[in-house]
Amino acid sequence: MVSFNLNGKQVSVDAEIDTPLLWILRDHLNMNGTKFGCGAGLCGACTILLDDQATRSCVIPLAAIEGKSITTIEGLGDDHPVKQAWTELSVAQCGYCQPGQIMSTVSLLNQNSAPSDDEIKSALAGNICRCGTYQRIIAAVHKVAEGQLFYNADTVSPEQSMLKDGDL
Amino acid sequence: MSFSRRKFLIGTGVVGGGLVIGFSLSNKPLIPGTRKNTFQPNAFLQITPENQVIFQLNRYEMGQGVFSSIPVLLGEELDYEPSGIISEFAGVHPDFAVGGMQLTGGSTSIYTAWKPIREAGATARAMLIKAGARQWRINEDDCTTANGQVKNNITGELLSYGKLSAAASKLSVPGNIKLKEPVDYQWVGKELPRHDAQIKADGTAVFGIDVQLPGLKTAVVVRPPQFGASVKSYDASRAKASNGVIRIFSIHSGIAVVAESYWQARKAAGLLSIEWQDGPLASVSTDSIVAEQKQALKHGEKNAFEEAGEIDSAWDQAAITIEAEYHSPYAHHSPMEPQNCTALIKNGRCEIWAPTQGPDMVRSIAAHFSDIEQENITVNTTFMGGGFGRRGYMDFAGEVAAIAKLMPGTPVKLIWTREDDMQHDFYRPSSYHGTKGALDADGNLLAWQHDIVTASIVKGFAPEIMSTVLPSWVPSETARGLGKTVGGWVAGSIPINREGMNIAYLTPNMRLNSIHHDPGIPIGFWRSVGHSHTAFVAESFVDELAHSAKADPVEFRLRHLKDKPRHTAVLKLATEKAGWNQSAEGVYQGVAVHESFRSYAAMVIEVSINGSQYTIERVVAAVDCGRAINPDIVRSQVESAIIYGLGPATKAAITIENGAVVQSNFHDLPVVRINECPNMEVYVVDSEEAPTGIGEIGLPPVAPALANALFSATGQRLRQMPLRLS
Repeated sequence: MVSFNLNGKQVSVDAEIDTPLLWILRDHLNMNGTKFGCGAGLCGACTILLDDQATRSCVIPLAAIEGKSITTIEGLGDDHPVKQAWTELSVAQCGYCQPGQIMSTVSLLNQNSAPSDDEIKSALAGNICRCGTYQRIIAAVHKVAEGQLFYNADTVSPEQSMLKDGDL
Repeated sequence: MSFSRRKFLIGTGVVGGGLVIGFSLSNKPLIPGTRKNTFQPNAFLQITPENQVIFQLNRYEMGQGVFSSIPVLLGEELDYEPSGIISEFAGVHPDFAVGGMQLTGGSTSIYTAWKPIREAGATARAMLIKAGARQWRINEDDCTTANGQVKNNITGELLSYGKLSAAASKLSVPGNIKLKEPVDYQWVGKELPRHDAQIKADGTAVFGIDVQLPGLKTAVVVRPPQFGASVKSYDASRAKASNGVIRIFSIHSGIAVVAESYWQARKAAGLLSIEWQDGPLASVSTDSIVAEQKQALKHGEKNAFEEAGEIDSAWDQAAITIEAEYHSPYAHHSPMEPQNCTALIKNGRCEIWAPTQGPDMVRSIAAHFSDIEQENITVNTTFMGGGFGRRGYMDFAGEVAAIAKLMPGTPVKLIWTREDDMQHDFYRPSSYHGTKGALDADGNLLAWQHDIVTASIVKGFAPEIMSTVLPSWVPSETARGLGKTVGGWVAGSIPINREGMNIAYLTPNMRLNSIHHDPGIPIGFWRSVGHSHTAFVAESFVDELAHSAKADPVEFRLRHLKDKPRHTAVLKLATEKAGWNQSAEGVYQGVAVHESFRSYAAMVIEVSINGSQYTIERVVAAVDCGRAINPDIVRSQVESAIIYGLGPATKAAITIENGAVVQSNFHDLPVVRINECPNMEVYVVDSEEAPTGIGEIGLPPVAPALANALFSATGQRLRQMPLRLS
């Protein structure tokens, strides 16, 4: 049994300890917002925040997250400014990579509230988008930064979590 | 497409799992998605008493925007806010077929929806007006519609469509529906937000891989790495002992492992011990393929499929003649969502959940592998995490049906790894090209010859020789239907994979030859299909001729496009916006213009050079796709095609060794990332023409515009993708 904080809730999961966090989220916790893209930490579709750092959940085993704090796309509030900017600019095409892009952006903006184009490109270089939405992603990151709407990822609203205290 | 009158369907309904039961008064099967007590004037549209509009969208969303743009066509003629329309991906039904198939592809969605979907909305609107006029006992001319309501212009009274839905459903469907004049459009042509923007920003959009069902198990399949190889023997004893494993068995494509979860299935698959039996492609490699293609160009049988003038005698009259050879290697699709599919077989019925470009093909393939009749199979289509042509192939549906058949009552989700996806794709074909061109004494084009050596894609759809494109298990009716539909996409240019060779440039003498060469590697539709390599060759070679004529590449093109106003317009727009010949010090420009999918695209690419490395500084594109339904989506599609096209143009090719793909994941098959994303500017021609394709047309000019820019910068003429300076 491994316990960790997921989107502001304590959860415990009984699974093989080498199971990647991605599959703990998807198969054990039924949280499908985090996507499987490559299974090797190469594409960023599975990006989550591990103690506020953008992390590829497909290569982090369950054993490594005991006591850690995890934030997924489901943990961002409805009015989260990064999600709002993505919606307003119609960034997504197929949309499959976007939860990962958004989580990488949240991590970036936590550390740098007004990133330059080069800083955005550097921070998001691990997130592949085959639809080529990159130019709009850059515009959306700037929109959040300029709007100064960003708030810390800690401010996950518990009511947004799919899980209730004591679940699992 | 025609609409047939459908009676108010009483006694029908949707039950759990989306299976529709009940009866239809027509001899066609019940329309999937049909609700009780709705006004359903045609297969696409239902209006509920609560004034909801429910739209069965028969084009499937893979990023290209049909989920947002096609409801606009319906809402426009219905006078109902498009963003309020509830769009559902249509199930399989004859009324949803276009050209005999329900296939989303060939940049045909808007082109083919433009008339029938507007007519669907206008028909419903006319019936609602009639119902309102009857209720008020006034003339229909005294009624107007807006915002989902009919207005009595005498009294000012309003009735919602929902309130009139029961009365409207008793009326006969009128013929001769008048559509709106463009001047009256409220939504068509506007830059409206995408309807799926929010659900794709909050992670709630359901892709195929996200389908959840009670008791769902996960399957993986281990396939032979070599195309055409098979399982000689396997030992599953260690794998069976692995945690969570439920079943391991052999299916047509390899060894299937079913487990409680993906990770358990994947781990167990790694414990399988399999001996493969080599197949006929065991000695095939990229080197052998290209060597054979070069030989075929010299000695192969030429099929002259397009000829003009007297080309054989024209060469003697030429002031300048040049020749060149080009090569375009295999390219992968790699949509972000790996292939997957979910199936449940129970009590003689089969239900499928698939991220697919063609649910009818999924159904026919599932029928083949489950031995269940098509009418007992329901296909639910989900959002696709990218398609690009890959999800026009339904191998995943055949696999999951074969697995579910052996596990009746258990829902199974098949998930491919990225490695599976990259190594078992239907690739853009390898092609090898010979070009020869002649100029007269004035530097004008006198003769143009282009020979292509490649395998045909459509050829593969003929059942007797379809091994190239579709595995042998694909039912012949499916293969024939697909061949017919796809043939129609590129009217007159069957077989596919050589379209785009017929240049727009004025030339008195021309010959296009195809030389068939099929190494047996699976090939298929890849965004823009044949255009992606024929435009690379033609637009590079016309640049070579322009330079031979000592002419400016834009001036040379315009001079030979005098009778092609739409090519000319996009070329002028792109070069004007880019500032042709006005680039900054150290920045070099290349240009290309190409027609595909009934639309026109021109592109200027700017590069800077650092040793043997180059940087793409800017891409300026101009497109004419007729009337742009949503110019913002049009621009996004061109941006998308630029990035997608830059992959094989600049990064890496799929290579073959021992009949297998060498590359396996994004580490050894790099794709364009955000740090390599150039500045892109896309300009859309303001047009009153009927809308035409947009999803693919931005791609063909990418590689040649880049190659032409690199020539301008370095004098090196790069004739093979990916483009690498020496």
